[in-house]
Amino acid sequence: MDISTQDAPVPPPTTTPTAEQKRAARGATRPGDRIFLGLSRGSGILLLVIMAAIAAFLTYRAIDAISADEANFFTAFEWEANSTPPRFGIAVLAYGTIVSSIIAMVIAVPISVGIALFITHYAPRRLGGLISYVIDLLAAVPSIVYGLWGALVLVPNLKGLYGWLDAYLGWTGIFSWQGLEPRSLFAVGILLAIMILPIVTNVSREVFRQAPQMHQEAALALGATRWEVIRMSVLPFGRSGVISASMLGLGRALGETMAVATVLSPNFLIEASLLDGGGGTFAQNIASKFGEATETGRDALIASGLVLFVITLLVNGAARMIIARRKEYSGANA
Amino acid sequence: MSNVVMDKRPSTLQGARLPRWTPWAVALGSVGAGLGISAAAGLDSKIQWALIAALLFVLVNYALGVKVEGSRQAKDRVATSLVWVAFLLAVIPLASLIWETISRGVKVLDGYFLSHSMGVVADTEPGGGINHAIIGTLEQVGLATVMAVPVGVLTAIYLVEYGRGRLAKSVTFFVDVMTGIPSIVAGLFILAIMLQLELQPFGFAGSLALAILMMPVVVRSTEEMLKLIPNELREASLALGVPKWRTIIKVVLPTSLGGITTGVMLAVARIAGETAPVLLLVWGSAFINNNPFEGAQASLPLYIYQQYANSAGNAAAYDRAWAAALTLIIIVMILNLAARGIARWKAPKTGR
Amino acid sequence: MKLQRKNRLRALSLGAVAVTGALALTACGSDDTGDTGNGESTAANSAIKCDDAKGELLAAGSSAQKNAVDAWVKAYTASCKDVRINYNPNGSGAGITNFLQGQTAFAGSDSPLDAEEIAKSKEVCKDSQAIDLPAVGGPIAVSYNLPGVDGLVLDAKTLAMIFNDEIKTWNDEAIAKLNPEAKLPSTKIQTFHRSDDSGTTDNFTKYLKAAAPENWKYEGGKAWEAKGGQSANGSSGLAQQVSQTAGAISYMELSYAKDAQTVKIKTAAAEPAEATVDNATKAIGEAKVVGEGNDLALELNYEPKTDGAYPITLVTYEIVCEKGNKAETLAATKSFLNYVTSEEGQAILKDASYAPMPEEIITKVRTTVAGLS
Repeated sequence: MDISTQDAPVPPPTTTPTAEQKRAARGATRPGDRIFLGLSRGSGILLLVIMAAIAAFLTYRAIDAISADEANFFTAFEWEANSTPPRFGIAVLAYGTIVSSIIAMVIAVPISVGIALFITHYAPRRLGGLISYVIDLLAAVPSIVYGLWGALVLVPNLKGLYGWLDAYLGWTGIFSWQGLEPRSLFAVGILLAIMILPIVTNVSREVFRQAPQMHQEAALALGATRWEVIRMSVLPFGRSGVISASMLGLGRALGETMAVATVLSPNFLIEASLLDGGGGTFAQNIASKFGEATETGRDALIASGLVLFVITLLVNGAARMIIARRKEYSGANA
Repeated sequence: MSNVVMDKRPSTLQGARLPRWTPWAVALGSVGAGLGISAAAGLDSKIQWALIAALLFVLVNYALGVKVEGSRQAKDRVATSLVWVAFLLAVIPLASLIWETISRGVKVLDGYFLSHSMGVVADTEPGGGINHAIIGTLEQVGLATVMAVPVGVLTAIYLVEYGRGRLAKSVTFFVDVMTGIPSIVAGLFILAIMLQLELQPFGFAGSLALAILMMPVVVRSTEEMLKLIPNELREASLALGVPKWRTIIKVVLPTSLGGITTGVMLAVARIAGETAPVLLLVWGSAFINNNPFEGAQASLPLYIYQQYANSAGNAAAYDRAWAAALTLIIIVMILNLAARGIARWKAPKTGR
Repeated sequence: MKLQRKNRLRALSLGAVAVTGALALTACGSDDTGDTGNGESTAANSAIKCDDAKGELLAAGSSAQKNAVDAWVKAYTASCKDVRINYNPNGSGAGITNFLQGQTAFAGSDSPLDAEEIAKSKEVCKDSQAIDLPAVGGPIAVSYNLPGVDGLVLDAKTLAMIFNDEIKTWNDEAIAKLNPEAKLPSTKIQTFHRSDDSGTTDNFTKYLKAAAPENWKYEGGKAWEAKGGQSANGSSGLAQQVSQTAGAISYMELSYAKDAQTVKIKTAAAEPAEATVDNATKAIGEAKVVGEGNDLALELNYEPKTDGAYPITLVTYEIVCEKGNKAETLAATKSFLNYVTSEEGQAILKDASYAPMPEEIITKVRTTVAGLS
């Protein structure tokens, strides 16, 4: 792929002395270098402009809605955005989104890392290749199909598990169950976990594959078991990659719409138990309410989208901080 | 691997080892025990007995390891069993999903189905096809990819190879924000622009929204892959007097091509399944429209959703929905294989 | 170097194959699916006057009338091949928004325009305003899953108490009193409602509010307000839940309830009314026109006196500009709506589980359609 022929707007070069010095220090003085730097920086700026435009658009629409809101936007347990005066709050949605994503991550990340290790370090090479293809294929399954599968196959099979959790862990309150259809946040979490498995696995696999062979061989030569090799040379190397992969997965889990809408039985309550009742998520609520929304209703939904933005941002920021602290392990110039 | 040789030649340096067939025997035993316990306790869910079997498998392996081989080897055994369990746990639901899609999808999937549009066939009637939706998806996703991949890859290059200072920080910041955009919000943004310009729905508008959704995924995965390239490679190239941009194009990119391709294909797969922006911006249509720059178009995910939701639970519509889902998966799989093939030819051989 | 050239060649040929494949796909595609339906004749219908209608007609709105529109489009397009009608079932609210933004030729809605929307429509309709034309109706069936219990009879009060979580088991006295013959199990009642906003919910709760005001004290609207119960997305989601959950009860358009048991509703009339298309038309016949001028917004009577009238109904309006419709699509819009409101157009509704409009109302609609400009 010849990147240099792709057209992206070339921004005017910055002329502050510091930038000039930096560029000189990096040897970007040849015309080819200057063009390439321009192109790549241009892409970055383009991305920045698009995002800033979206953020501005959302904020503009959201402010209208929030100022018209008669209930407390952050704490109200209701969504009557179409009535006059509108009353809506995001408390339930924020709770549902975060909880279902946490469940998904807790289930999916360890399993994904396991599969990625299985493919790169345990399975015979041919089997590993085959599994890679299958996992790639699964990333392509549209979310509505996950939704259908979840509603038709997963949910009916969850009843036993729910009963089990209720019997042994019901005393915690988190896992008590009244015996309704198992279409709660916990089921959504499991479905989301299955959905993000392929993404997290794929990226982790690529990262583990890049782990320096020399370190591994050295460890083996010192008599380390396979697990010790992985723990000492593969996992530390891949940590930032796995976190990044998880963030990609989390991004999908937070914003997943149709699968959640098909499986969840939403309501505007927060229940202590993950197995009872519904709750809701931002994306699911937007999809459910959008078709019949009035103008204020739409703006209210956009305002909830803005909150999802902020949540994603906080989560990603936290992940960046963790990665930054572990930087010494990565072999590159990050 | 090395233990194969060792096992044949008992040595005083080698501690006591479990026979090679142990894990298999333990696996069989735990599946049996899992079934037995579930049957005895009257548990009817497949999920439960699988979990019981998995737990037994790990525990028995550990116990045996500790008893015979010592704690270091036992830990190794636990790790190996956990990795296997993770693999199997994930395979079961995923295999079930693929099985459901294929077995339900093949019913109406034939040449007629692929080469005809819905035309005037009502959603509650049998017949019709998905040609219009395939064309719509290919064009919209293709255009989105053409827009998003260069921008995404170049941005990642900027962040990893050049990026210092405030601009790079703010780009990173906004890429992070972008990963969490619900697809409908990206759709609404483009819709606002369309209404300003008084445009009617058309395929390319959908591509724009899809490109917005695709860019952050491409940037993040590419960034991660570029970071993994050892600095020694770059330094070696630069030391030979190769300009930085040629170093990036000829050394850095080819080395990480496999990973970048995976990232791009993940992004393609994600946007190929998007319904909401297509509904808002491309509108959907029952007829074939080859021109993505004018007139409403259909797309496969939208088609699947509409056949599921608006067909009054009609069996013919459900069959069509599953067949369309299968087609979509196959299309993305073919693209995926092609991309991987190209990546393999282009990437330097690493011996792994 | 040689190796690389070979690779490039391979990549090129792969690309070529992909492009040819795509071209073949677009070239082979055909829109001609007319005779693959259920054998129904799609030959040109003399009742359809195409006039000079042509081009693409975009419309959007209620998903409740989607299958009726499908049937109309099929028959209409068979005669007028130059017109492509593209109905986007994205919901009444979104449909009205699209219409007011000038994106569509007409909108479909489960509820008439409110005052604010009519005021806004003056912008898109140039000096005129948008009007509601009732074109299709249908019964909202209350379907349940209770093996061994056929022909369950309920009245408004009991329904309200069930959906309000006041009646919790199927062998409750209130239900037993209405069904002296039936063997009611002690199964827990599991109510399901729509999780998305919907005109179906709106009409169902309006019925409960009108017929059982003592037991149903919510304001009403497209969102479900009562606490308790479980929910699912869309009528197809509800149908699926009812079919797989013993003891379930829910409400949905009749076409979704085909495979399930439906409740007979006890009304003021002597016999309980079954959810059928004919019974719905009877009830809609008692509706009053409340719109002003050419606006034909209806007020449904949820306590119909006619024998056999099924009280829980839904009417879908087509919304157009009275005057000042877009010039490009006016001919097609008029021609299509003419067909829709014609006797033939109304007659085919029954096959798709929809109720035709009563004669008195549809005649008024026809006159209004003829006057559109």
